[in-house]
Amino acid sequence: MDENKLGGHYLQKYNEELETLRNRVLSMGGLVETQVANAVTALATADLALADDVIQNDVRVNSLEVAIDEHCSEILARHQPAASDLRFIISIIKTITDLERIGDQAEKVARMAVHLAEKDRPRNQYADVRALGEKVTRLVHDALDAFARMDVETAVNTVREDVSVDRDYETVMRQHITFMMEDPRTISRALDVIWAIRALERIGDHARNMCEYVIYLVRGKDVRHITLDELERAVQEGREMAGGKKRAPGQGEG
Amino acid sequence: MDETPTMTEQNSATQGLAAGLFENSGAKRLNLEDETITLEVDHLNLFYGEEQALKDISLKIPKHRVTAFIGPSGCGKSTLLRCFNRMNDLVDSCRIEGSIRLDGKDIYERKVDVAELRRRVGMVFQKPNPFPKSIYENVAYGLRLQGVRERKVLDEVVERSLKAAALWDEVKDRLNQNAFGLSGGQQQRLVIARAIAIEPEVILLDEPASALDPISTAKIEELIYELKDRYTILIVTHNMQQAARVSDYTAYMYLGELIEFGDTMSLFTNPAQKATEDYITGRYG
Repeated sequence: MDENKLGGHYLQKYNEELETLRNRVLSMGGLVETQVANAVTALATADLALADDVIQNDVRVNSLEVAIDEHCSEILARHQPAASDLRFIISIIKTITDLERIGDQAEKVARMAVHLAEKDRPRNQYADVRALGEKVTRLVHDALDAFARMDVETAVNTVREDVSVDRDYETVMRQHITFMMEDPRTISRALDVIWAIRALERIGDHARNMCEYVIYLVRGKDVRHITLDELERAVQEGREMAGGKKRAPGQGEG
Repeated sequence: MDETPTMTEQNSATQGLAAGLFENSGAKRLNLEDETITLEVDHLNLFYGEEQALKDISLKIPKHRVTAFIGPSGCGKSTLLRCFNRMNDLVDSCRIEGSIRLDGKDIYERKVDVAELRRRVGMVFQKPNPFPKSIYENVAYGLRLQGVRERKVLDEVVERSLKAAALWDEVKDRLNQNAFGLSGGQQQRLVIARAIAIEPEVILLDEPASALDPISTAKIEELIYELKDRYTILIVTHNMQQAARVSDYTAYMYLGELIEFGDTMSLFTNPAQKATEDYITGRYG
């Protein structure tokens, strides 16, 4: 699928519907990205009002998921999309599921922010959690960007970033295990932090899923459940194929 | 963490599981290289006078599969279909270069018996064309032409063919009534029964459902599923969803050229050619 190519159908209304759908996904994505960023800030700055906002707003994320799902069903029923249009709808149906789950995880972080606000703050003022949170927020942003521009390269880079987020998560996790062993009085706080960073790590995984759908959308390749190396190879092969003819007429390949 | 399987292990396990789950379903991709080939078109050019209607077409039609031909009006798909039983011979200005082989034998060789070829390669047209005879006689017609007289044989073939065409239950009590009394969908199934009565190897369907309502169309499509175990079926259709539903392989043609040929699943989810993509998604190229 060419970048940004949704239009060009004989049926103008179909073009408009696909464009509207894309915009709705992007606004849902924008909302979810803000939710993640606000949850992280709320935790790092003990901002109870902001944490409460995030918790309240999750309903909006959920209702957007339902509305976009319905929109997809309608397009499937009315237009029976094929080829790249079909992949577009399929990847959106999957993308919004991940976005909704990111929303849930953001809410979880916000709830931990509420718990933590009542407790003593550590000396580093949650700088480690904040750094992880910002990295994850950027991941969500880049995944959405890859989707908006149908950009495989950004998608692959974002998957790569998620691998590094997983590593950071383990580091912060180990640190907090150490804190707990050193001083049992920190256990309550450390457990809350662990819940929060666990949620952030999951958000990274969902962002990675979204990138995999972008690769499926653009290249028609299913790259789920494979290693980063395998994924990069698959994308590379796809690029070489796109250069030449994949299936020449009459040549045996099916 | 150390005990969790690596991603690669997980992946191969997932794929193995998926392969097992889908072994007997339609989810498995077909591959032309695994197929027995019934018809082989080799550098076929067709001219109507000065006008070239087919341009250097080469493709292989697999045995006991449904192959669909799609493309805009005038792309040559019906012309190509008619080449398979030499219906174009009836057009004076028509000239053909290249070859089409049926089970390895060139059907355009001079010594080929065209009547015999058309027995082996049956055809059904867009508009049902039953003969102005009884239902029974329509189906028995081909056999009578071959000189079969025995009533018992004819009865058997008529019943078997009408059953195969999913029409028997609807007409068994009125076999001697005129075929024109049937509905359009029934007439089309009658014509299919007539085609299969003489045990062809290949059945050519030229827009077989385009004049039918959705229920009759569904019956014809259902019939195609059932017949493909015994016959090689080629279908020309304007209805892309129909091609996607009934066919195993799809050929996309444009302005007399074969643009893309491949398994239907791939062609409808991820076509290799932009022109195919534009056509099946309803875009202007």
